[in-house]
Amino acid sequence: MIEAVGLTKRYGRAAAVEDLSFVVPSGQVTGFLGPNGAGKSTTMRLILGLDAPTAGRVTVNGRPYTAYRRPLFEVGALLEAKAAHGGRSAFNHLLCLALSNGISRARVADVLELVGLDGVAGKRVGGFSLGMSQRLGIAAALLGDPQVLILDEPVNGLDPEGVLWIRTLVKSLAADGRTVLLSSHLMSEVAITADRLIIIGRGRLIAHTSVTELLRTGSGNFLRVRSPQRDQLTERLRARGASVTGQSDDSLHVSGASADVVGEIAREHGLILQELSEHHASLEQRYLELTGDAVDYHAPTHLVSSGNRT
Amino acid sequence: MATTVSTPSTERRGAHVAEVLQSEFCKFRSVRSTFWTLSTAVLFNIALAGLAAIFIPGNLSAHEQSTTDPIRLSLAGVHLSQIAFGVLGTLIVTSEYGTGMIRATFAAVPQRRLVLAGKAIVFAATALIVGTASCFAAYATFEAFLSGDRVRSSIGDPGVVRAITGGGLYLVVLGLLGLGLGTILRSSTGAIATLFALLFVPSILLTLMPQAWRSTIGPFVPMQAGSQIFVATHHEPDNLGAWTGLGVFSLYAAAALTLGFVLINHRDT
Repeated sequence: MIEAVGLTKRYGRAAAVEDLSFVVPSGQVTGFLGPNGAGKSTTMRLILGLDAPTAGRVTVNGRPYTAYRRPLFEVGALLEAKAAHGGRSAFNHLLCLALSNGISRARVADVLELVGLDGVAGKRVGGFSLGMSQRLGIAAALLGDPQVLILDEPVNGLDPEGVLWIRTLVKSLAADGRTVLLSSHLMSEVAITADRLIIIGRGRLIAHTSVTELLRTGSGNFLRVRSPQRDQLTERLRARGASVTGQSDDSLHVSGASADVVGEIAREHGLILQELSEHHASLEQRYLELTGDAVDYHAPTHLVSSGNRT
Repeated sequence: MATTVSTPSTERRGAHVAEVLQSEFCKFRSVRSTFWTLSTAVLFNIALAGLAAIFIPGNLSAHEQSTTDPIRLSLAGVHLSQIAFGVLGTLIVTSEYGTGMIRATFAAVPQRRLVLAGKAIVFAATALIVGTASCFAAYATFEAFLSGDRVRSSIGDPGVVRAITGGGLYLVVLGLLGLGLGTILRSSTGAIATLFALLFVPSILLTLMPQAWRSTIGPFVPMQAGSQIFVATHHEPDNLGAWTGLGVFSLYAAAALTLGFVLINHRDT
């Protein structure tokens, strides 16, 4: 379990992370979402004790990360892919990290095989592609077979095969019952595997919720209703406190009343219903809706929305 | 996924220190720059000793012959090999910052001062062995290539073993100064430039200064102080004694390392 309380990091006057509190529960995959520059990487460095918080605290399994003598057994982390000396072989890179935590050479060979780099174990890391570097980073994270994994934008810059590999890996980690904190700026990447979501924007917490809960709430959910007695129905629904907007195709979008209620009202007043359907916003839409204000650099909205409405 | 490791995260402190030392030694030996800088240094020490033995004695006047320290002459290569040792000591730290490896390192060992101490110990031990051995090899080469009895000395002469060993010690301290500067500056180019500015610039500046300054400040300048340890005889009166000089030189390295130890825990990576 990872627990942050009032976590704050300022660089001069600019706050990268501001009063962030969240819990990453054990045995679940938690998606960590936010636009670029929202403070995701900073938060992850704070968790690992690489950066010191200006205020607040964060603990891993109840203790600050820096209190662990062999942290690789507790937490495996992939921060940036190119965090290795280019002149070292993949095997030696991992061996040097393994030795510091008393991990055996045999385990180094195991993780290399696990990520599919056993064939290039003796090759220098400097010649690795981004995908191979990412695999090497994952291998390092798995060295101590930790229960908690922190992966920062693991699919960034990968080719489709690499993306698929990471997805499969995260799913298998989740199936093992491990705790995974997975960051991305794309909802589509996280939604596949995550049970819970932490969404931040401009360093602040926007939402801390489960995927289903996020879908249930939000303005994108409505009932689509069609009836030949459109005006009468509108009047009755409004009388019951629902909000109703007429659409250009003669249908009505209703929110604030359940489908059951709409059906009952229609029956009570003898009105015909030609359509009564529930519409949910997609996770992507909910995410954009939540982070819309927190994006630093906007493209013109009509361009964005025409691309997304498929 | 096979679970092949299960070890509690809290281990005995001694085991922890040993693990970090092993890890740092692994890093040290597994990059090519270590091999190349050390080989270059050994080559400089031995080759220049041979050249000095062949070319210098014949060109010395009778007066110069009587005042020249043969050990210093045999260790002429130290003037070049010190560059290699300085670069190696600096790179041990700065290459980690330059490549981003430092984050993986600190994520694996959050006890940063232990990491730094591990680096210093691994470097000092290796440099002491390679530096001292190559200085003795340089002396042997010098004696072997010497023709005639001019500036000849014997290993049994007073101060000779101390001076040759001192060559190795000087190189160790110099590298540690680089390691300290590297920790403070976290950049290879910045730290290497600072190290060599500290070594070479003061002596250039001193030649521009009045004589009185030269004789009061001069002896305490890093390289001037440090190099007294590899002079066996014919000490110039202005200079510090062998061990005092090395002590002053070590203070520069100690100051840089201390500042590094203080800063390393208080900075983001």
